[in-house]
Amino acid sequence: MFFNIFGILRDSVMSSIRSLTIPIQSFLIEIGDLSYFTARFFKESVKRPFEFKEFLRQCYYMGNRSLVLVGITGFIIGLVLTLQTRPTLLEFGAVSWMPSMVGISLIREIGPMITALVCAGRIGSGIGAELGSMRVTEQIDAMEVSGTNPFKYLVVTRVLASTLMIPLLVIVGDAIGLFGSFLVENAKGAVSFELFFSQVFASLEFGDLLPATIKSIFFGLAIGLVGCFKGYYCEKGTAGVGRAANSAVVFTSLLLFVIDFVAVFVTDIFYEL
Amino acid sequence: MNELSTNQLQKETPESRELVLEIRNLNKSFGDHVVLKNFNLKLFKGENLVIMGKSGSGKSVMIKCLVGLMEFDSGVISVMHKDITSLDQSSLDILRGDIGFLFQGSALYDSMTVRENLEFPLRRHSHLFDTSMDVDQRVLEALENVGLAHTLDLMPSALSGGMKRRVALARTLILQPKIILYDEPTSGLDPITSKEIIQLMQDIQKKYKTSSIIITHDVDCARVIADRMILLIDGTNYAEGTFEALSVSKDPKVKAFFKR
Repeated sequence: MFFNIFGILRDSVMSSIRSLTIPIQSFLIEIGDLSYFTARFFKESVKRPFEFKEFLRQCYYMGNRSLVLVGITGFIIGLVLTLQTRPTLLEFGAVSWMPSMVGISLIREIGPMITALVCAGRIGSGIGAELGSMRVTEQIDAMEVSGTNPFKYLVVTRVLASTLMIPLLVIVGDAIGLFGSFLVENAKGAVSFELFFSQVFASLEFGDLLPATIKSIFFGLAIGLVGCFKGYYCEKGTAGVGRAANSAVVFTSLLLFVIDFVAVFVTDIFYEL
Repeated sequence: MNELSTNQLQKETPESRELVLEIRNLNKSFGDHVVLKNFNLKLFKGENLVIMGKSGSGKSVMIKCLVGLMEFDSGVISVMHKDITSLDQSSLDILRGDIGFLFQGSALYDSMTVRENLEFPLRRHSHLFDTSMDVDQRVLEALENVGLAHTLDLMPSALSGGMKRRVALARTLILQPKIILYDEPTSGLDPITSKEIIQLMQDIQKKYKTSSIIITHDVDCARVIADRMILLIDGTNYAEGTFEALSVSKDPKVKAFFKR
C-alpha cells in the first residue's frame, strides 16, 4: 500500500517535470535552429551570385507597404505623447522642455521600438506567410530544381532588405512623430515650427542618434531572420502557414524587447565610460 | 520484390538503348518508418516509365531523392551517368538543367506573372542556350506548345487548375530537359483536362524525344502513356512490365491497381 502511494507520487512528479521540460527543450531546440539559420544567412550573404534585383524589389515592397502604417503610428504616438505629458509639465512650469522631452524619448526609444513592433506585424508576418505558403505549395522545391539557391533568393534578400529598410522607416516614423507633437504644441502653446524643431535638435546629441540607429539595424535583422526562419521551415498544410505567420510575430516581438534591453544596457555602459 | 510476378511480367528491357537514369538499392526511412526498401529503377532514352503505388508508398519521396530535393539513407542514384551524391552544389544545379520536374500542385511562383515564371529557370541556365533566340521568343514558344500564349502577362491566381498545370508544363519544357519527372500530372483535374494534359505529354515526348518518369494513380493515364510500368508496393518495386502485361496479372496486389 505504502509502496503503491509512493509509486503514484513519483509518477505524478515525473510527469510534472516532463510537462515542464518538454516546452523548454523545444524552445532551446528552436533557438539552436535559429542560430544555425542565422549563421547560414551570414555565410550565404557574402557568396556569389548576388540577387540584387530581388533585393531591390523586397526593399521597395517592405518600405512602400509599411510607410503609411509607420507614418500613422508615429503621428499618433507624437500627438498622444505630447497631449499626455503636457498637463504634468505645465504643473511644474516646465512646458518649454516639451520639444526636448518628446525629441529624446521618440528618437532614443519610442520611435525605434514602436516602428519595429509595427513592422514585426506587417513585414515579419508577411514574410512568414509568404515563405510558408511557398514551402507548402512546393514553390521552394521548384526553385531549387530550377537550379536556384532558394535560401539566397528568398531568405538573404528579405533579411538584407528588412535590415536596411527598418532604420529608414524608423527615421520616417520619428520625423512624423515629432511633427505630430509640434501640431499639439502649436495648437495649445502657439509654438512656431522653427522654435519647436530648433529645441528638438538642440537637445539631441550624436550619442542619442547612433545607438538608436544601431538598435534599429538589429531590429530589422531580427524581423527578417525570424520571419524567414518560421516561413522557410513551415509545417505542411494551411494551418502550418497560419502558425508560421503567427509565431513569426510573437517570437519577433519578444526578441525585439530582448534586443532593446541589451542595447540600452550596452549604451548605458558606454555613457558611464 | 515479388520475384514470380516480376519474372512473369517483366518485359524484355531494351538494354541496347541508352540508360539515362538508374536507381540501385535506394533506402529511405523517416524515423522508424521505412518508406523505400532496396528500390531499383532504370530509365532508358525516349522511354515513358510509369510508377504506380498507393498513397504514402514513397513515390513522391523517390522522385524527390532523384533530383536531390531529399537526402536518402543509402543506395545509388545515377543521372546521365553521374552519381548525384558525388556532385557538388554547382554541378548538381547544372545537371538539374537536364531534368524537368512537373510538381503535383503546379508550384507556379505566386508573386510572378506567367512570363516571369517561365523566364525564371531560363535566366538561371542561360549558358545552356545559344544567343540566337532571345528569352521572349523562347517563353512564347514554350507557351504556344501548351496552347496558352495569351496568358503571358496573367498572374497564376487568374488561371484555372488545368491552365496552371499547362503553364507549369511549359516552364518544365523551357529548358528542353532530357528527362522529365511528372508527379501526378493529372491529379485534381477533370477527365477532359486530364486527357488534354496526357495528350500534351505525348506530344512533348514525340517532339523533344524526352525520357519521362510519370508518377500517377490514373490508370487511364498509365494506359495511354506507359512504355513500361513499375508497381511500388511496401517500398519496393513489386512488379514491373508493360501496361498490357500487368493489367492481366493474377496477383491480387497487382490486380487491385487495375480494378475499376
